[in-house]
Amino acid sequence: MRTFAIAALVVGALTLSACSKNRLDNEYGAGALGGDFVAGSPSDPKSPAYFQQTIGDRVLFAVDQSSLSAEGIELLTKQAAWLMENTAYTAVIEGHADEQGTREYNLALGARRASAVQNFLIERGVAPNRLQTVSYGKERPLEICSEESCYAKNRRAVTVLAAGGLVS
Amino acid sequence: MTLIRTLTIAFATGLSLLGAPNTSLAEGPLRIEITDGVIEPLPFAIPDFQAEDGGASDYAGLIARVVAADLAGTGLFREIPADAFVSNVTSFASPVAYADWKAINAQALITGAVSTSGDTINVKFRVFDVFSDQPLGEGLQFAGTAASWRRMAHKVADIVYSRITGEGGYFDSRVVFVSESGPKNAKRKRLAIMDYDGANVQYLTDSSALVLAPRFSPTGDKVLYTSYETGFPQVYVLDVATVGRQVLSQQQGTMTFAPRFSPDGRTVVYSLSAGGNTDIYAMDINGSNPRRLTSTPSIETAPSFSPDGSQIVFESDRSGSQQLYVMPAGGGEATRISFGQGRYGTPVWSPRGDLIAFTKQNAGRFHIGVMRTDGSEERLLTASFLDEGPTWSPNGRVIMFARESQGAAGAPALYSVDISGRNLRRVVTEGAASDPAWSPLLK
Repeated sequence: MRTFAIAALVVGALTLSACSKNRLDNEYGAGALGGDFVAGSPSDPKSPAYFQQTIGDRVLFAVDQSSLSAEGIELLTKQAAWLMENTAYTAVIEGHADEQGTREYNLALGARRASAVQNFLIERGVAPNRLQTVSYGKERPLEICSEESCYAKNRRAVTVLAAGGLVS
Repeated sequence: MTLIRTLTIAFATGLSLLGAPNTSLAEGPLRIEITDGVIEPLPFAIPDFQAEDGGASDYAGLIARVVAADLAGTGLFREIPADAFVSNVTSFASPVAYADWKAINAQALITGAVSTSGDTINVKFRVFDVFSDQPLGEGLQFAGTAASWRRMAHKVADIVYSRITGEGGYFDSRVVFVSESGPKNAKRKRLAIMDYDGANVQYLTDSSALVLAPRFSPTGDKVLYTSYETGFPQVYVLDVATVGRQVLSQQQGTMTFAPRFSPDGRTVVYSLSAGGNTDIYAMDINGSNPRRLTSTPSIETAPSFSPDGSQIVFESDRSGSQQLYVMPAGGGEATRISFGQGRYGTPVWSPRGDLIAFTKQNAGRFHIGVMRTDGSEERLLTASFLDEGPTWSPNGRVIMFARESQGAAGAPALYSVDISGRNLRRVVTEGAASDPAWSPLLK
């Protein structure tokens, strides 16, 4: 009778190293949580708070769509004008989807939405190297109910300002 | 002889025969055809294994319990509780009192014994076809570390399952998944790995960065996944044993996600988004030699290889809605295979090559389904508010997926279902869990 030992059954102990790479200040993406603190006063036209709250930092999309609405175009026109005036800022445009959809598809859909906003801002004169895009798919909803009232707010692209740091 | 081949491939190390005569098993009466509509599970008895020394007493009962849970968990078997036994097994070597097991209608009897020597435990077991008055295959024994006692139990269960069903087993396997915590609008996610039944959870990353959709390498020692570690989603590879990780694709202005290994483990297929357009690419496992496999303005994502490596199934909305397509592994003309109502995504080719599992979205509901690789014989196995992301058991008979509950407190959990749509079960995890990926059988 022969017996053999089962080899390599023991999994090595976990040794997690902390992540020290550069990341967005807010790990959820600044547009994901909604009420982030932004510098300045909403009444100061030069401040990021004015951009975020007075102009509006986000546009919304129809179900499974990435085309800009008339309201979206109006808002992004103002965003573009602000960015042209305030050239010290760069922006990351975050694309988001609602929870109705599979994970990978929603990542791709969020990328389309972010890109639609980026393209519009570039068309209106914003230098391409001031704009980056990222998609969160359905990972970072703003509203958490499972109804259209929430879904409508989650299907969004948010222009998140950063100081300096050109893309390339 | 099927039995011998199974032993050679799956258990080349660690097993030895106990020398019982090899009876005509394949034609024996004790047989479950998994694809049949099994309505009445097969009753079996598994007395606690015999402890042959003091150190073994800790494991003798536990191992039998895990074997019983594996078998009963398939829905194909039903355990007869010990309090119904007419007689008990007092020694592994004693002749089996078939009449006593027939009396309680135990069609299969599993007996075993455990002994220890230092940190090593030895497990031996036999399976009996009670109503044929004979053993079902040879007795087997193997050894492992005490810490691996659950794996040894799963191996016993795999062999019993194989002998009775004629299929490969799947119990000695693991699942990598995303462990979730926190509210729906501020979820923290980290990679975790566990035994297929939810035991032995280990965390592979911390939750400092969002992580998505881990996938095992064909040998189970590496995991591909998507991480937002840099602030942008990129494909990483992680070594399961060392937990070391490495980014595979980092190109300014692009996002990469939805990675999967080729069956030979040398190629990674994935999605890359640039300028809002998502296509499928392949690269070598070290991240070099990226090549584009699709070139359309539509979304192409969620690629999965056929087990022979020759084809890739993926999803695309090139027709106007999310549908499934098959193309050659090197790219080229794709053939649409999904034509039913609704949207189809996350296709995964079965390890047997015969079926493709998918997520279907229709009329406000989500389903896990399977179809043949040409798209015929579509069958939906589940329905809920949100079912998503199927992964195949190593033998291609069971599918695990994530089911998310509705509303503000909604959270995902892992479930399994067999390919006939029966035996829907929750896989118990400590907290919320999503994106499961089943490993191959462990070696």
